[in-house]
Amino acid sequence: MDDLFIARSLFGTTMAFHIIFATIGVGLPLMILAAELTYQKTKDQDYVVMAKRWTKAFAVLLGVGIPTGTIAGVQLSLLWPGFMEVIGRVMPLPFQIEIYAFFIEALFMSIYVYAAERIAPWMRIASLILVAIGALSSAVLITNVHAFQGTPAGFRYENGQFTDINPWEAFFNPSFFVTAGHVALSAYVVGAFVVASVAAFKMRKHETGTRVYQLHQKALKLTLILGCLFAFLTALNGHESAQYLHEYQPEKLAAAEGLFETQSHAPLAIGGVTDKETKEIKGAIEIPWALSFLAGNSFDTVVVGLNDFPEDEWPPLFIHTLFNGMVGIGSILIVIPLLVWAWRKLLKKDHYPKPLLWILVCTGPLAVLAIEFGWIFACTGRQPWVIYRILKTAESATTATNLSTLFILFIAVYIILAIAVVLVLLYFFRKNTELDDIERAEKKNVPLYSSNT
Amino acid sequence: MADALIAITVLWGFVFIYAVMATMDFGAGFWSMVYINREKTRATNIANRYLSPTWEVTNTFIVALVVAVYSLFPTAAYNLGTILLIPGSIILLLLALRSAFLVFSNIATEYKKPLTYISGIAGIIIPGLLISVLPITHGKFVDYGDGFANLNLGRLFSSPNVYAFIGFAICSTLFLSSLLLADYSKTAGEMDAYRVYLRDGRILGPISLIFAFLIMFTLQNEAEWLYERMMDDLPLLLISVAFFLIIGVGLYAPSIFQKGVMGMPRLSVIAATLQYLIASYVYGKAHLPYIIYPNVTIESAFTDPNSFRAVFITYIVGFAILFPGFIYFWSLFMHDKKYLRQKG
Repeated sequence: MDDLFIARSLFGTTMAFHIIFATIGVGLPLMILAAELTYQKTKDQDYVVMAKRWTKAFAVLLGVGIPTGTIAGVQLSLLWPGFMEVIGRVMPLPFQIEIYAFFIEALFMSIYVYAAERIAPWMRIASLILVAIGALSSAVLITNVHAFQGTPAGFRYENGQFTDINPWEAFFNPSFFVTAGHVALSAYVVGAFVVASVAAFKMRKHETGTRVYQLHQKALKLTLILGCLFAFLTALNGHESAQYLHEYQPEKLAAAEGLFETQSHAPLAIGGVTDKETKEIKGAIEIPWALSFLAGNSFDTVVVGLNDFPEDEWPPLFIHTLFNGMVGIGSILIVIPLLVWAWRKLLKKDHYPKPLLWILVCTGPLAVLAIEFGWIFACTGRQPWVIYRILKTAESATTATNLSTLFILFIAVYIILAIAVVLVLLYFFRKNTELDDIERAEKKNVPLYSSNT
Repeated sequence: MADALIAITVLWGFVFIYAVMATMDFGAGFWSMVYINREKTRATNIANRYLSPTWEVTNTFIVALVVAVYSLFPTAAYNLGTILLIPGSIILLLLALRSAFLVFSNIATEYKKPLTYISGIAGIIIPGLLISVLPITHGKFVDYGDGFANLNLGRLFSSPNVYAFIGFAICSTLFLSSLLLADYSKTAGEMDAYRVYLRDGRILGPISLIFAFLIMFTLQNEAEWLYERMMDDLPLLLISVAFFLIIGVGLYAPSIFQKGVMGMPRLSVIAATLQYLIASYVYGKAHLPYIIYPNVTIESAFTDPNSFRAVFITYIVGFAILFPGFIYFWSLFMHDKKYLRQKG
């Protein structure tokens, strides 16, 4: 394996591991906030219990999310010094402002968890809102760097020199809002369905109508509503993202859709495998004219195919599958909550059958999988560029060799953390059952948030 | 020149703030491990009470520091990124284990001991590795074969100067954190824990000072340019040593504020902070204009002026917004007697 490939694999592994925690870390605070606000409205203690339990889970996940985020931030400089030199010169603002968002999240997270019983309820909600804002802003700002990589702006690049640098123009690069919006909305999808998964899993284990069952049923309802809403918004935004690709990175859209010939009335290919040799897509279901319509809102839109680009600037063709996976899961996640709603309201069934609960259990892992597909698609689909048409990934990599030992060490630590975090979560929630927390919430003067037995 | 100087001052300010916060943080983690079996003194509880709400905030500063390097001195970030790949990666791995297991140890109470051991030991190695960045920037350990900078690990780890720095970092971590925890436990009214940390401070203070002298002694051979320039500010270095004596007064003299109590830990904490501030100022000033001797200077590595202005404005706005948050945080966790004196 060459050093560039190992460097990419190492950084990719870091990101793939980190984004699980980062995405849930953005999504979960909003769910906690929704539970807290529902409590204020309904005065139903169950929502406080939910908020407490999700907060504990959030705190544990932060224990991995924060250090892996630190790794990702520093590894950028260690593995891609050439890239970070350019970013530092032209695009320093997102990282810089992200620090403040990070501080807000860290300060108020500690206040929300460790001072929950000492501060006024409105202050607790205010702290939680600040945590949610901090988490969301970090995600939006980091994604902005990714947006800049695809649609660089705010400088002139001549003879290898960056001149006329305008960092705010770089900050507000063309795809900032649409890309950051996609990441933010999809993080809420993940937050909602991860909680829904756990709720469905627990409902499966308890008798219908028991106290614990009711608690999880309320959690399921709350998160399915939010999940469906955000999945729908993500899809709308995703459509816009695709149009941005059509405008700014046509070869990425072409590879995502397996389109070789430039054409109007281009078909939308679903599934199948893109073949580099024969330059066609095999085994796909093609919807005539649909791609042109998606790209430009009219069937006459000419969509540029891969043949118009030199082959050494093609993104890897497997991104077609990743793209399909992401869109497919996103669509399923809109449909499932609607099915549940139809089952409950239209067919007037008052129980959840086991198969339905199993389907709901799958939604969380699926949502996380869609995030992974989306990020791998977005980042490998930009190759061979690290900054589109400005800087190649190969040129920005570290000159150090023998990265494989480091790669193995990082993988080992990620495996340790992954196993430990699961064990710790299982341990904690087995020791502190739903009934324990319900009891604590009902008794006044018994600490709930700082409880840990 | 003025802009680059402002930028390096901001950066050095971050280095100092992080250094102080990290010593408290890693030190508290280590002490909570050391005293885990002595439940009666509650020294571990005190360390945890400080650590639980603060570690995330401390961790944010290291990210702030790295971001400041690449947004203010992108060329330095390029060079540092290249040569620090190995030590930087090891620091990151240890930091990941440390932070995660710190959180886990507070959640999985039955496994508190093994989890605390992992985070405590990983945590105490980190300052030693972090400080090795300083001797690396002195230039002697970087090879420039075939156009690329490369860190010579063999030479790095056979240098007495590097070991002096590492020893200094670890001792200082334990020293400063025991001072802070002495103060913290005194405010919390945990007098058993207070006496433990006061004793630790008394032992570790002189050892830290000896390592500081060892650094200067070995620096003479290994980075003469730096040594000469530091000695130009000998009066300041002597003032720094004088503050060390004030720390001693705070540790040994009977309190003038409370009858029958030995020591004024708050005085020691403040004097220690000033002592380290002065010493780091002298070191930093002597290090200028080099970021990595002799190839990378603050001038050659400086970012684009437009970017600098934009970043600088975000610093001012950002800290104006954050400041009330820090004050509120401090009042809840450092100042609130209800939090400090809680049971358990």
